[in-house]
Amino acid sequence: MTLLRWFGRKTFSHGVHPQAHKEDTADKPIRRLPFAPRMIVPLAQHLGKPSRPIVRVGEEVGRGQLIAEADGFMSVPQHAPATGVVEAITLMPSAQGPRVPSIIIRVYEASNQEVLWRTPRDVAALTPEQIVQAVQDTGLVGLGGAAFPSHVKLKVPAGAVIDTLLVNGCECEPYLTTDHRVMVEQGRDLIRGTQLAMRVVGAKQAIIGIEDNKPDAIAAIRAHLPADGSIRVEAVETKYPQGAEKMLISSLLGREVPSGGLPAQIGVVVNNVGTLTALGKLLPRGEGLIERVITVAGPGVKKPGNYLVPIGTPLRFLLEYVGFNGREQEVILGGPMMGNAVSSLDVPVTKGSSGVLVLSSSEISAETRRIHPCIKCGKCVAACPMHLNPTQLGLLAAKREYDAMAERFHLKDCIECGCCSFVCPSSIPLVQYFRIAKSILRERAA
Amino acid sequence: MKQQIELRTSPHVKAAHTVEQIMRNVVYALLPIAAFAVWQFGISALALILVVTASCLGTEYAFSRSAGRGNTLSDWSAAITGLLLALTLPPGFPLWMGAVAGFIAIALGKTLFGGLGYNVFNPALVGRAFVQAAFPVAITTWTPAGLPGRFMEFIPSTLALPFMTPAPVAEWSRQQVDSFSGATPLAQWKFEGVVTSTSELFTGMVAGSAGETSALLILLCGAYLAARRMMDWRIPAAVLLGAVVTAGLFYLVNDQHYPTPLFVLFSGGLMLGAMFMASDMVASPVTPLGIWIYGLLIGIVTVVIRYFGGLSEGVMYAILLGNALSPLIENLTQPRIYGARKGAKP
Repeated sequence: MTLLRWFGRKTFSHGVHPQAHKEDTADKPIRRLPFAPRMIVPLAQHLGKPSRPIVRVGEEVGRGQLIAEADGFMSVPQHAPATGVVEAITLMPSAQGPRVPSIIIRVYEASNQEVLWRTPRDVAALTPEQIVQAVQDTGLVGLGGAAFPSHVKLKVPAGAVIDTLLVNGCECEPYLTTDHRVMVEQGRDLIRGTQLAMRVVGAKQAIIGIEDNKPDAIAAIRAHLPADGSIRVEAVETKYPQGAEKMLISSLLGREVPSGGLPAQIGVVVNNVGTLTALGKLLPRGEGLIERVITVAGPGVKKPGNYLVPIGTPLRFLLEYVGFNGREQEVILGGPMMGNAVSSLDVPVTKGSSGVLVLSSSEISAETRRIHPCIKCGKCVAACPMHLNPTQLGLLAAKREYDAMAERFHLKDCIECGCCSFVCPSSIPLVQYFRIAKSILRERAA
Repeated sequence: MKQQIELRTSPHVKAAHTVEQIMRNVVYALLPIAAFAVWQFGISALALILVVTASCLGTEYAFSRSAGRGNTLSDWSAAITGLLLALTLPPGFPLWMGAVAGFIAIALGKTLFGGLGYNVFNPALVGRAFVQAAFPVAITTWTPAGLPGRFMEFIPSTLALPFMTPAPVAEWSRQQVDSFSGATPLAQWKFEGVVTSTSELFTGMVAGSAGETSALLILLCGAYLAARRMMDWRIPAAVLLGAVVTAGLFYLVNDQHYPTPLFVLFSGGLMLGAMFMASDMVASPVTPLGIWIYGLLIGIVTVVIRYFGGLSEGVMYAILLGNALSPLIENLTQPRIYGARKGAKP
């Protein structure tokens, strides 16, 4: 792989090449979605502890107002996505399945929805610790899909020295063009956010990694680069999962995150372009994260595009706006490789949702395949970017030998990218087996 | 809005190939080889291919039904076993023995272990190994290729009745072609010291098992599968490399006694075995290093059996040995995972 890096395109070894399907939305500018009559703001839409509501039922809230505060360091606050009245604080369905406590806001139709709740500050005067606090106050989480609280990521662990900030503009999931459009249209905010993040983590350089199927994004960002050369843009091979943190580090720096460790241990912090763009936009204004860009696409959508959507917008409203085709549909929150199929259209768009895809019934039936026994073709072994042995893991999972999976075949290093399931000619749901095995092991450990 | 939505786990898109497609394409790749066998050896080869394949399909159907696995013929794997097995038998092999071979291949080689995906050995080779032991004379009785009457007349042994001694073929062959010795090029070299020219071997107008004679055709069909990524090219490459290097070493030591590496490469069942049997996904390792070790091992053992064993051909036993060792090889060659710490156990 070293050879590849020197002589060819920057990339990692293994991985897969799913059809991109980005042509429908890649050229569509970001457009604002109207406000839904009702917003559903889950208190747990990030990794870590759920936030604590600070509003009561019946209380009026203004757009951008703090409605739930962070519960400790591993938590973020929530802000009202629209001006209206708190209708209820109750359990609502989530994309992951279980119902979660959410604040429901009935939106005032007559309101002009201006954001009045802001505390502008001079970010240049802030210390790194103050910036970390300010980032937490915005409620920002990783917008690439993981929804990991951003301020936690920017807080460098004691003893670690960060030399490089990697900015993840790969967007390797098929269909999604959210980051692509943000890079094309909001390069200045991205650079501002990148510079802020560099200051916080103490990185001397930043590299923005973009898959080479987005030349317009690469060009757009290059136009905004500062003259001091501290930030540069690198094209990386278009391959899934190029946007996985560990893969991108390997592609751009040739370093490997130690098994079970963090990127900070090898001097790297990775952030998604959407996250840093939001950071560059929100921090100076002192606003909360109340909307995000998502791609709505797939063969079941009449008006595919990139929309600026208030967080909390129910999928039903969003899909009615863009128009459904066909009858039986699969609605996915996120990309097709790692996203969740939702069980209810009352699920809202959350901070971590990068896309909403509607796959038509014909497409699904082509993929509804009989599960065959493993024929040990080894395609999953050749696809796994972590160089695990999904063949053996799958056979052990079928026998429920979860301990052997973890001890002998490195189950915990699985990043759940789904490459193994994607290539499996027997249609074995390998990655799902691994998720189940992991959660059972977690339960046993607890 | 009343909307029915479907739920499934990610990933929600899939790569193109399914088990059925892969298996079906292996069958397609075997068809030209089977057609060439019929062209060379006439209706006897055709009858043999049909009977052996039918026997495999029938056995698969009966066993999968009785085991409650439903009809597994649709995955095409039994058809591969049938075709491959027929292609490894002498063209004049008695049909009833062919049917026995097919039954054993599927019953003993596949369903006994649990069907597709669970077989330890390549089923076709299990069938062939059985008849090699059970009918040692019939399986080493060869007929010349390209006889003028091959489309009109069966080879006498073909229609032997079950449990009867097949009609002697040697006399019949000599009537057809004056000089035919009744031996394959490999046996001619081993027992008589006669080396067949490489070009004859390459195009395949020589005596041998029904489908193993034209190295060129087998190469092309294998290349088709490899190009469509339905076969791992590393396995045949490793097998052939192992055989050529081993044969080359012997040739360098004594070029009077040992044949050229090219002769070794293009004679006997090596090409068919490397392309279609050693590469059997189920019975070969999946780890990158393991694949090379497995292939090289088969190549080396083949040549060693040919040179030092009692038989003139060693591909079958070499592959069966490779199959048996493949779990061990895989265990010893687990890939180094991303981010593995130095000094940590593999």
